[in-house]
Amino acid sequence: MTKAIITVVGRDTVGIIARVCTHLANDHINILDISQTIVQGYFNMMMIVDMDSCSKTFGSVADELAHLGDEIGVQVKCQLEDIFDKMHRI
Amino acid sequence: MINISEVFETNKMIEQENLDVRTITMGINLLDCSNTDLKATCSTISSKIRRLASRLVSVGDEISHEFAIPIVNKRISVTPLSLVGCNCCHTPDDYVEIALTLDNIASEIGVNFIGGYSAIVSKGMTHSDELLIRSIPQALAATSRVCSSVNVGSTRAGINMDAVRLMGEIIKQTAHLTADTDSIGCAKLVVFCNAPDDNPFMAGAFHGVSEADAIINVGVSGPGVVKHVLQQTPDADFELLCETIKKTAFKITRVGQLVAQEASRRLGVPFGIIDLSLAPTPAIGDSVADILRCIGVEQAGAPGTTAALALLNDQVKKGGVMAGSYVGGLSGAFIPVSEDQGMIRAVEAGALTIEKLEAMTCVCSVGLDMIAVPGTTTASTIAGIIADEAAIGMVNQKTTAVRIIPVEGKTVGEGVEFGGLLGYAPIMPVNTFSCQRFISRQGRIPAPIHSFKN
Repeated sequence: MTKAIITVVGRDTVGIIARVCTHLANDHINILDISQTIVQGYFNMMMIVDMDSCSKTFGSVADELAHLGDEIGVQVKCQLEDIFDKMHRI
Repeated sequence: MINISEVFETNKMIEQENLDVRTITMGINLLDCSNTDLKATCSTISSKIRRLASRLVSVGDEISHEFAIPIVNKRISVTPLSLVGCNCCHTPDDYVEIALTLDNIASEIGVNFIGGYSAIVSKGMTHSDELLIRSIPQALAATSRVCSSVNVGSTRAGINMDAVRLMGEIIKQTAHLTADTDSIGCAKLVVFCNAPDDNPFMAGAFHGVSEADAIINVGVSGPGVVKHVLQQTPDADFELLCETIKKTAFKITRVGQLVAQEASRRLGVPFGIIDLSLAPTPAIGDSVADILRCIGVEQAGAPGTTAALALLNDQVKKGGVMAGSYVGGLSGAFIPVSEDQGMIRAVEAGALTIEKLEAMTCVCSVGLDMIAVPGTTTASTIAGIIADEAAIGMVNQKTTAVRIIPVEGKTVGEGVEFGGLLGYAPIMPVNTFSCQRFISRQGRIPAPIHSFKN
């Protein structure tokens, strides 16, 4: 399974999760887990997703999500899970 | 499963604390490119490097994009050229032809530096070694991406003082030939003792003869991350201080290990080593000197600095060794002056001298690095500085090196701006008492005794 971590950071507004999730659904990206907090009006979200059914390259998915973030006014990052796993798990 | 605080901790390291992978360096063996014809040798060198490394930059960028971790440099190191050019180079100018070939292929592939314009002369110089060394000033003046290194000593062989003396002159000539760019040629020239075969960092990288045909070595970084975590516990005792550095070094190095394995897999080239380094950059906060200040000295160079650096270096290794499957290269904290804002500040404040830096090199990697000195500094004085540093490496069984820039036309009180990662260097005063008679002696310093350690 190609797992990725999507993070969304920015000023809270209506419909952030809805727009990101719709975008992922259109790309056949399955959401495995979502965590979210709001700190001092700032929206922090992390999703763990499975990208196996997505036909696009990882790079283009990451670019499109970053572009979607620009439209919403938040920062959206998509990274392969390994970097977090390697850093925080022995 | 990974949790949200771990994810944001990693991304904060990358976005706010300058965590990056400093370099993916592909080592390439060029021994099979040696030919009696110079043009054929150059052509074979180009073909081999192109065949193995043409995808290095694109794969590095791809990994960087997918993990969202900056990979600052993609570089190549090759077999010491004095071994490759021995059959076809009959003059220093012949070697310059090979340097131009390396510069062209580096430019074509898109790497910013190519290392290995080197000679290993710790015990003696072959005719080929001497030709290459004598070609270094012209080669570095005529190229922009070629890096050169000369190993003048080792714990097992002693110090080749004839080579040390010659390197004093070569550094002066290099400074002269690149005088119009503040003697920048010298920033691409390192003189080593106990040079490692698998160092991924420039300017001293070369692909040693003990290595495979091609290899991927990765240099990690992260002084900003260590500084940040130490700022969170300003009054920690030594136990907590060391544990904190060790855990942070582990995390930093794991990213390097991941990148190295990915690069190796995608390029189809075996993984060599991770170089566990805290490599500073001129960026604010990305400074080893700032870590020393966090540990508790007012400026780098104050009493206590050597002990603080020893502690830092050792904890970086202890954390990093567990994080990497193979560790090598220079591995430790780097203390270049021009590439570290905190070091520059310490020099300008009068806290840090060449003599203190020399003491610091006893306990960390690598040596007197990126130090600008007055253009009037003589070749014999530079040779004396090299000999001192080589002696520290030889006796202590560690790598030491000198990358010193006698900036032509400039003196103490002035500075030089090299730009980019090479940074800004204030000109540091040098002890002006002569060592001419010592340096003029012929031959070599014998290898030290390996017992009766005191």
